[in-house]
Amino acid sequence: MEMKKNRQGAVLFSDYTRGKSIEKVVGMPRGDVLAEVKESKLKGRGGAGFPTATKWMLTAAAVAEKKYIICNADEGEPGTFKDRVLLDEYPALVFDGMVIGGYVTGAHEGILYLRGEYSYMKKGLENYLEEMRKDNLLGVNIAGKEGFNFDINIKMGSGAYICGEETALIESLEGQRGEPRNKPPFPVNTGFMGCPTAVNNVETLAAISHIVVKGGKWYQKYGTDKSSGSKLFSVSGDCKKPGVFELPWGTTITDLLKLVDADNVKAVQVGGASGVCIPKSQFDRKLAYEDAATGGSIMIFNESRDMLHILKNFMEFFVEESCGQCTPCRIGNVKLLEGVEMIESGNYTFSYITKLKELGQSMQVASKCGLGQSSPNSFLSILENFRDEIFNNGNGGVNVR
Amino acid sequence: MLVMEKNFLQEEIEKLVETFGNSRSALIPILQEIQKKHHYISEFAQQEVARLLDIHPVEVYSVISFYAFLSSEPKGRNIVRLCQTITCDLAGKYSVAKAIERELGIAFGETTKDNRISLEYTNCVGMCDQGPAMLINDKVYTRLSPEKAVEIINEIK
Repeated sequence: MEMKKNRQGAVLFSDYTRGKSIEKVVGMPRGDVLAEVKESKLKGRGGAGFPTATKWMLTAAAVAEKKYIICNADEGEPGTFKDRVLLDEYPALVFDGMVIGGYVTGAHEGILYLRGEYSYMKKGLENYLEEMRKDNLLGVNIAGKEGFNFDINIKMGSGAYICGEETALIESLEGQRGEPRNKPPFPVNTGFMGCPTAVNNVETLAAISHIVVKGGKWYQKYGTDKSSGSKLFSVSGDCKKPGVFELPWGTTITDLLKLVDADNVKAVQVGGASGVCIPKSQFDRKLAYEDAATGGSIMIFNESRDMLHILKNFMEFFVEESCGQCTPCRIGNVKLLEGVEMIESGNYTFSYITKLKELGQSMQVASKCGLGQSSPNSFLSILENFRDEIFNNGNGGVNVR
Repeated sequence: MLVMEKNFLQEEIEKLVETFGNSRSALIPILQEIQKKHHYISEFAQQEVARLLDIHPVEVYSVISFYAFLSSEPKGRNIVRLCQTITCDLAGKYSVAKAIERELGIAFGETTKDNRISLEYTNCVGMCDQGPAMLINDKVYTRLSPEKAVEIINEIK
């Protein structure tokens, strides 16, 4: 794995010293810290975009003997690797953010749920936690604050995309199959072991460390009105400079493509396999919660790529990763994949494809969790936006079956 | 399984339960350790874990069958997992896969006769900016070419 030092970025990749935010919060009342987070308007960076301050307020307000802060490092969305970079190069940001979460919500235990594919990082992270304990940034009476006790454990995933869904993650931590739960109750009330639990994305927690030190107002300066701050974009595919880039929300796709030096781009998949595929004609769209939302995954496809092949790869992914618990997702994804294979072999009717599109829409409303609700996105957007290439002799007829 | 092997395994699992505890939440960490050492979780191991955690053996099997990195079938000493997701796919996964298959004389999903390597596909390993990528046990290898991949695989014992 390659390391890139001296990354550039206005917020997350700006200077930070380990423990700085913890030392600051222990001198503040809980309410003030929450107010600062609220002012930043930070939303969850996993993709769903739930306001972090609200999540923490609910966890803080819950009355219970035990509470938990869980850092969701199960990034499995195709095309996403920002959490790998954060944990590998900026662990201070993530762990300090968890400690602050503990301070604010009253949790004494933090769990980092690290995906099995990243087990090569475990040892280094454990050593890092040990150093934090030595510096009194974890353990008892943290940073000299009487009664502020918090520690972090690392738990490994075992290769299941669905465990990135917060309730499936909790099931997995409890020793069960990673099948999502019904909501409500939400984890903020009934989470890990039935206790109030805040599950936050790696990047959200990293942002918290900066917000606490530099203030919510400072953070809010970046980005758009509805999407404050900056975002890490994991850029891959057909470009000369793939990698992780920090940009303010509201950056257009065109600007991003320039930054990573991508030529002859036909399509950009925003939000991973569960996101949408955006054609050239819409490259002026903004990357933001209110327009093209993403948990960070940006995949670039140039003119030479076969969109149906890409769609097939996505559908194979979902067929494998559906947990199988609810019918719309378990059967629906198989049917959509079959549809793609029918197109591939030239053995389809337009009326059946129309039915499959309706099935996709049903899955979006009827599936139990985000996986099945979002898995038809690429099916619907690719067949719609690239219908000329796939069905109507577009693209010079090269990709028509 | 030989009686002696069973005794060793039993002792080992007892030690794991001592380390991780006997609550249900200890189940996956215990299974991960058994998987790591034995490359699969045998029926006997499943029963022992179930006994010590006071749950039904089927509960243990149910969990193993859910997770891609846990296995109830014997695997080779090393597991090669090639990323099959889109960016690795577009970066040349197919030719890398073919080269590995030719070299080892097995297909994906199979294990070499000498038990040295099991070959599997896996979904996105988070190396999309450096694809094609593969995991060998816990280690990650990136920017593979067919030649480079075969060279790496030939080096593992």
